[in-house]
Amino acid sequence: MTATLTPPPAAPSRSTAPKQPMVRKRRGRDVGTPIAYLIAIIICTITIAPVVYVILGGFRTTAQINRDPSGFPNPWVFDKYGAVFADPNFWTQFGNSAIVAVATTTGVIILGVMAAFVIARYEFVGRGFLFSLFVAGLLFPLTVAVLPLFTMLRTFGLLGNLFAVIGPQVAFALPTTIIILVPFLRAIPAELEEAATIDGASRIGFFWRILLPLSWPGLVTVGVLAFVASWNAYLLPLLLLGNPATATLPVGVQYFSTAYSQDTAGVLAFTSVAMIPALLFFTLAQRRIVGGLTGAVKG
Amino acid sequence: MSISTVGAGPAVSAGPAPLAPPSPARRARKRSRGLLLTWGFAAPALVVYATFVLVPVGLAAVYSFFNWNGLGDLDRFIGIDNYARALADPVFLGAMRNNALIVVLSLLIQGPLAIGIALLLNRPIRGRTMIRTLIFVPYVLSEVVAGLAFKLLLPPDGPFDGMLTALGWVGEKPLWLADPDIAFWTLFAVITWKYLGFAIILMLAGLQGVPEELSEAASIDGASWWQIQRHITLPLLGPTIRIWAFLSIIGSLQLFDMVFILTGGGPLNSTETMATYMVEYGNGRSQIGYGSAVAVILFVVSLVVALLYQRFILRRDLAGAITKGG
Repeated sequence: MTATLTPPPAAPSRSTAPKQPMVRKRRGRDVGTPIAYLIAIIICTITIAPVVYVILGGFRTTAQINRDPSGFPNPWVFDKYGAVFADPNFWTQFGNSAIVAVATTTGVIILGVMAAFVIARYEFVGRGFLFSLFVAGLLFPLTVAVLPLFTMLRTFGLLGNLFAVIGPQVAFALPTTIIILVPFLRAIPAELEEAATIDGASRIGFFWRILLPLSWPGLVTVGVLAFVASWNAYLLPLLLLGNPATATLPVGVQYFSTAYSQDTAGVLAFTSVAMIPALLFFTLAQRRIVGGLTGAVKG
Repeated sequence: MSISTVGAGPAVSAGPAPLAPPSPARRARKRSRGLLLTWGFAAPALVVYATFVLVPVGLAAVYSFFNWNGLGDLDRFIGIDNYARALADPVFLGAMRNNALIVVLSLLIQGPLAIGIALLLNRPIRGRTMIRTLIFVPYVLSEVVAGLAFKLLLPPDGPFDGMLTALGWVGEKPLWLADPDIAFWTLFAVITWKYLGFAIILMLAGLQGVPEELSEAASIDGASWWQIQRHITLPLLGPTIRIWAFLSIIGSLQLFDMVFILTGGGPLNSTETMATYMVEYGNGRSQIGYGSAVAVILFVVSLVVALLYQRFILRRDLAGAITKGG
């Protein structure tokens, strides 16, 4: 992907060539850089302060919090986190979230890349319509579909079953996936396909052996987005899964906070543990996400 | 993938183009096989998408004409009564107004803020990756976690008030989430906290596509930093800004999770959105028919806005993107 995004190689932008005049003219930047640091520090403080508060809060007791809501843990208490990890509901919900997220991601990637492949690379009657249909999916908010989904899945006896969430989540992730993948797959040169055809590759062979390996970065991007979205999803699991034993983690957090609303420290601990997987996963994959967004925006 | 051996591989590639035009029959056969393959690839996605997106949306449209609680037969057809009821309900109209206000405020406040910050950060400073990661943190957190965090931060005499006291705020502090005049603004602030990082990262990603040579050339010609941003970078960032604005508008219209967790639409419906109103009636009170009518209104509003936006603003970005293959 980055190949199509970075400016053409003709101009190695940060090369040494015209250094002299630039340095002189960049006096404005020298003033700007400290400002940039200052802004960065302010923004980062604002973005992570609530998160840090929640995590630290889990190391306090509710009595400490009530006495001094904005203080630091004193002394540090580890019971609350221990209680979360000892809570069987937590592990059930964690497992449910993991199953749903992995299944959703797999489904989205497989279905998405197949559809995007033909939409991106082949002329056929109905192609424009097909693409528009998927793009229109951006306008169908889950909220519009959620009541009928509820009645539909109840009719099939699927409420409380993880499939009830996986299917709709795959479906609702398809529009974004296809929109991101189509320009990506289109960027793979037609000559490659011609060459493959001349060498005797069928269309499926080309897809499998050349296109998929080449589009790996794009697939990772849509995969990460689908995974994070699924991990964080709330409305669907709330309405379709129901009780704490079949819930996913976000719904579980909400249940926990309602059931133990007096135990502020406990809620904070549960909340922080619930956000760790998404944070971790995102940190590992963040360059992919940014790269993918660049592609989507430029596409 | 044994199918790939079907073609007469090496033999063909040896000679340069011995291709007589294939007979019409063969071409037709090949074309229909290609068509079959094409739809074979598209079909699984289409089936899942139709089952879980298109059909439910269609059903919502059907339900919206009935007085139905979700159980029993769908037999009490009431025409457009549900729509009339929604559009006459001051609470729903208030929810629509809130959505509209969030759309406008997001565009006017989050957009310029994100662009400004992205422009300032788009320079080689140390710890860039780290800064980006931190900025993106709120966006990665689930709405539930973020909403709960702020719920715990914002009660009267809570941590946030404590921090204000420490910073020297004297006198009374507003009831951030409990005062109907203030809750909406608190909500907007939290939304900004949650989604600004996404906007900034999007803008930074867009800025990567702005060739640096242009700014450097302008800089050599004596243009100031501000002139460069104003006349070179911003116009080139245009497509990114327009896409962000589109996503922001659609997101603002469909806002649900954060509101539901943070305020549940209260106090006194002051933070109600179309989506929370719909879930309250459709799921909370089992008025599936009425909730569906609200859902359809929400959808139509989104659609009209999106079409207008696409027609008048996005057109040049999308021109050729859909119909021309590469």
